[in-house]
Amino acid sequence: MSTELLAQITNSLVDGDPDQTVAGTKQAIAAGLEPLAIIEGGLVPGMRIVGERYASGEYFLPNLIVSASGMKQAMALLAPELKARRQELKSAGTVVIGTVRGDIHEIGKSLVATMLAANGFEVHDLGVDVPVDAFVSRVREAGANLVGLSALLTTTMRGQKDVIDALANAGLRQQVKVMVGGAPVTKKWADDIGADGWAQDAVAAVALASRLVARG
Amino acid sequence: MRPTLRMLSESLVGQIVAEGMALLRDPGVRVHNVEARRLLAEAGADVDEGRLVARIPERIVRQALETTARDFNLFTLDGQPAVHYGGDDVHFDPGSAALAILDPETNRQRVPVTADFIRLLKLVERLPQIDAQSTSMICGDVVPEIGDLYRLYLALNYIRKPIVTGAFRTDTWWVMKEMLAAVAGGEAALAARPIAVFDVCPSPPLLWSDLTCQNLIDCARAGIPAELVSMPLAGATAPVTLAAAVVQHTAECLSGIVIGQLAKPGAKIVWGGSPAAFDMREGTTPMGDVGTWMIDCAYAQVGKSLGLPTHAYLGMSDAKIIDAQCGMESAGGTLLGALAGVNMISGAGMMDFESCQSLEKLVIDAEMIGMAKRLLRGIEPRDEPIALGLFQKMGHRADYLAEPHTLKWFTKELYLPSPVIDRATTDGWLRKGATTAAERAADRVRSLVASYQQVPVPPELRRELRAIATRAAQSFGMSALPPLPDFDLV
Repeated sequence: MSTELLAQITNSLVDGDPDQTVAGTKQAIAAGLEPLAIIEGGLVPGMRIVGERYASGEYFLPNLIVSASGMKQAMALLAPELKARRQELKSAGTVVIGTVRGDIHEIGKSLVATMLAANGFEVHDLGVDVPVDAFVSRVREAGANLVGLSALLTTTMRGQKDVIDALANAGLRQQVKVMVGGAPVTKKWADDIGADGWAQDAVAAVALASRLVARG
Repeated sequence: MRPTLRMLSESLVGQIVAEGMALLRDPGVRVHNVEARRLLAEAGADVDEGRLVARIPERIVRQALETTARDFNLFTLDGQPAVHYGGDDVHFDPGSAALAILDPETNRQRVPVTADFIRLLKLVERLPQIDAQSTSMICGDVVPEIGDLYRLYLALNYIRKPIVTGAFRTDTWWVMKEMLAAVAGGEAALAARPIAVFDVCPSPPLLWSDLTCQNLIDCARAGIPAELVSMPLAGATAPVTLAAAVVQHTAECLSGIVIGQLAKPGAKIVWGGSPAAFDMREGTTPMGDVGTWMIDCAYAQVGKSLGLPTHAYLGMSDAKIIDAQCGMESAGGTLLGALAGVNMISGAGMMDFESCQSLEKLVIDAEMIGMAKRLLRGIEPRDEPIALGLFQKMGHRADYLAEPHTLKWFTKELYLPSPVIDRATTDGWLRKGATTAAERAADRVRSLVASYQQVPVPPELRRELRAIATRAAQSFGMSALPPLPDFDLV
């Protein structure tokens, strides 16, 4: 019974049917399954398969986003259940993410934010054209351990370095790992400005984030 | 008969225009420019100063369509009409504002500098298939604040072809206008015989930023043509259905025409764009995609239905080197844009979406442009009767090569490519070094650039232009411009 329910949840994510993910999650809660079991046995495997299919070229960005939406809605149902049991979902990490000052490109940044949230990160998305100070103060307030900086223009890429420098000046650089991305951003640029990592797409960004946080 | 491409049925065009007008009423257009909001409010639009949204009734749009210019000419720098924006006339210019140049030595991108752009200018002046210049590179050896005006400054020194350009700031637009007026012989002469058109880009969906809106207003008032570059990204910043993306384009361009006409009735405004069908795997903006081309051709048809001059970014490739993908994508867009009758097709030489200019690609693209122009001239009878008279003379003989009829017509009937296109026998190709198209293109770039001759610009005008550009550079903390040794300007 429970195996079947968990498989349904997994399949609903893979099929990109958030309504089914929500229905399946409710059913599983009603059937008395432990929230952690639902997450680890139903949701996480579903998102893993979706990520694999994207990486292999079978799935496209809209598939990623719809599955992430199902995951997010299911997690919202499970949060009170976890709380009632005095359980805590081991957060994968707390991320402050945004597109740097002077740059209004949203798509790539939002995609990474969505995928991080779907993979268990607590995401603080500051939006676009974000001032340097806003990154710093949110990192401090949220106790973040990860920062994601997006830039789509060669003219705004420098803003990534400005944030990294400002984090250092505020004494927060040891607390956070910084990852950078955006069309003109390269591994070399990331190294040059003292970032901790660079990813070429949203799926790679999740893998990078998990790696950076695990490294501590 | 001239071959033409129609992407939309008449009824679909009508529905797209109607829905475009409806979008301007609800949800309206976001206008981040104070003056434009004031103009819109005074004209009777419902302007929400809190949300910076203007809801524009159809009456105002119809009025603007009444006063906007149906066509106009762009002139060469020495005052000859060279590009006609209007009707189904088709012209080509290189893609604009490349952040990178493909270095033919390394086959990798790098930041372009003054010498690269001068080489490109010389090449464009010499390429017969290219009708207008574009300020196609952003030079990395000047401060970024003058990146826009510095390109124009160089162009004004090296070429005579009309210019497609654009400003990156509101203050530098005035410097650019000052330089153009100096060349044209004053502001009135510049308005009467414009030598440049400015690209102004709304942000999808339905947003006019402060900068681009101000550029539009300033162009309208100065009598300088403005080219609306609306860029719905189907599936990301615009609906994924192509028709709906064209509706968004229609609304963005109509709002641009309204703002321009409110600033100055009669202003010359081009119905243009650079849309793309979002790539659902990489999250990029492919210019070599068939969906992109279809949106372009469809919106051009919409613009023509309103009687407006048109523009599109076509003939580009997303490839990173000059390879098969580069050739096929550039050819596809070039041909379709020509068949759609787009007045100005920008994009030649451009690759890696819209970010890298390649001189070698430009000369390859020029061959495709030459073929597209030949295609547009269509097939004509030439003789009456078409062939019967000839056959009475020739019977079954096959030696047309020696016939005066062939000599009379072959240059008009056939497109005669440059040596970039290889049509040798295999042995001939081997003898000539077994080259690739890119290698032959590099040879042609070298020979055309070497054959460039200075354009006759009076020395005092060169000095005046340099003084204007230098003042701008100094105001942004750069004490001197890079030298122009061709004219002893240091």
